[in-house]
Amino acid sequence: MTIVVVMEQVPDVVEELAIAPSGTDLDRDAVSYVVNEYDDHALEEALLLAEATGDEVVAVGIDTTGELDQALYTALAKGARRAIKLTGDFEGTWLSTRAAARLLVPVIQELEPRLVLTGVQAPDDLDGQLAPTLAALLGWPHASVVIGSQLVDGAVQVRKELWGGMTMTLELELPAVLGVQAARQAPRYVPISRVRQVMREASIETRDVETPGDLAPAIMRLRFPEEAGQAEILTGSASEIADRIIELLRARGLL
Amino acid sequence: MAQRIAVLVEHLEGQPTDVTFELLGLARRIANTNGAPVEALLFGQGVRHLAETIPADRVVLVEDPRLRYLTPEATAVTLAALLRADPPRLALIPNTSLGMDVAAWVAAALDWPLIAYCEGLEARDGQLVATAQLFGGKILADVRIDDRPTVISALAGAFAADAMQPEPPGTIERRDPPSELAALHTRSVVLERPEAADVDITRAEKIVAVGRGIESKDNLELAEQLAQALGAVLAASRPLVDAGWLPRSRQVGKSGLKVKPKLYFALGISGAPEHLEGMKDAELIIAVNKDPKAPIFSVADYGVVADLFEVAEALLERLEG
Ligand SMILES: Cc1cc2nc3c(=O)[nH]c(=O)nc-3n(C[C@H](O)[C@H](O)[C@H](O)COP(=O)(O)OP(=O)(O)OC[C@H]3O[C@@H](n4cnc5c(N)ncnc54)[C@H](O)[C@@H]3O)c2cc1C
Repeated sequence: MTIVVVMEQVPDVVEELAIAPSGTDLDRDAVSYVVNEYDDHALEEALLLAEATGDEVVAVGIDTTGELDQALYTALAKGARRAIKLTGDFEGTWLSTRAAARLLVPVIQELEPRLVLTGVQAPDDLDGQLAPTLAALLGWPHASVVIGSQLVDGAVQVRKELWGGMTMTLELELPAVLGVQAARQAPRYVPISRVRQVMREASIETRDVETPGDLAPAIMRLRFPEEAGQAEILTGSASEIADRIIELLRARGLL
Repeated sequence: MAQRIAVLVEHLEGQPTDVTFELLGLARRIANTNGAPVEALLFGQGVRHLAETIPADRVVLVEDPRLRYLTPEATAVTLAALLRADPPRLALIPNTSLGMDVAAWVAAALDWPLIAYCEGLEARDGQLVATAQLFGGKILADVRIDDRPTVISALAGAFAADAMQPEPPGTIERRDPPSELAALHTRSVVLERPEAADVDITRAEKIVAVGRGIESKDNLELAEQLAQALGAVLAASRPLVDAGWLPRSRQVGKSGLKVKPKLYFALGISGAPEHLEGMKDAELIIAVNKDPKAPIFSVADYGVVADLFEVAEALLERLEG
């Protein structure tokens, strides 16, 4: 049986971000892309599930960056059996979650998986998270903020994190959609040599899809958070800074 | 479509959560600009008594055993049925673990627009404009809300609660559970509380918190030494806890704990919205990060743009020397 993992590339938020002159998107030329870290966890959780049951993991992604191959080959190197890339007129655009979900639904339906896993959220999902959106369009049950799962007799048992360490365990009938926060174990590492080998031996299936009508979220303007209320920056050598901090703490009776 | 503002009441173990009151406060402020009523949507089992504690013009109450826990499916189908039958101007849902299950599902099922990660919402020249936090809190997006009913998923801690009960108190309207509840695909539900922790970081006066900038588990020792020298307890951002370097009881943030110490000393934490949610009310925040654009600096009182190891070592030298 099949488990689908939906993977997306997103701007690396650890890097400096710039806003495009249009004011409604990032400056995509200045962005470096990484796999959404929660999608990496979704892949890991899917691989762990599949190892226990013999299911086949299929990695699916929409190539909005022109660089998705790397992510999909890495997924294959880690243990996915198939990788499917959706291509179309949307390269370099900010695809809304709803539009992405509409592109993904027919592919997912064709694959007839018993589970779909994807990351709990993405840095750019302005119109909401992908997992619940897919679940609504597919008409399947779902849970978000998943930190562990197990396939049991026609259902998937998931642990969903609430807050303060509190969790909710749910049993969802299959097929179901999970938004993964963290896999049961840290995402596995795969050496680059193994990825290269997979690039020679395996191939990514490409599907050209119709561009959906409503591409981007309706943004008036992007901006950086206001400078006001920003921290007073302490400067100087490390030891001068240490002196300042100790002074500040003493002045407040904190030392 | 009515001008009414609907708010989903989130509750757990017989208590509405803080964010519910924050969203009711927000709804009241928006409603005041056009005289629209605020409607609270309360789902559960045996929760009638909560209705009286909710500051809204009207509380719509749906009680059913299948709503005993606000599970993703039961909550979403109930909410969608109510909103479909009588669309409000806005439906406000907290962007919490429970709310994240529901907001995008309902918006997609109804084919309504959704604005997630909302941290600001105001009427500008008669137009509603929402501000969303994106890209790990590094970018804000202003989004104009068009004429369609719109779902807003709002960040906890972003809006002020409005303690005022409307005078006279609002009405309570009981509604039948929707027929969709008869065909749920969710079987059993168990809530689990965390195991007792060695340290209660919510009671600590001083916290040294470390993030992914600490790089390795071995380097935690330096942070632990600094914490001891400052008389503080050690806490962390989520990735360190996910990696198993520190127990869950030390995690600050949305899915961890909310802290309000006298000192929060953050080392190598970027300040993602989910982290800020747990610590931005600390009395004094000092942050060390080598990225001058790190969002942690937007809530810090004092910032140091530097290598955390250099700063931590220099501090230790002084405190211990
Ligand atoms: C549903 C949900 C719930 C979540 N709940 C929580 C939660 O409760 N708590 C939480 O923390 N997160 C939570 N997160 C995760 C959150 O989104 C961020 O991913 C996380 O807070 C990032 O942790 P970080 O700042 O340590 O790591 P990063 O974002 O990777 O930041 C590391 C920072 O360290 C800096 N740095 C690196 N090296 C150095 C150095 N040598 N000196 C100084 N600075 C350095 C970098 O500039 C960077 O800013 C949640 C996410 C989701 C989706």
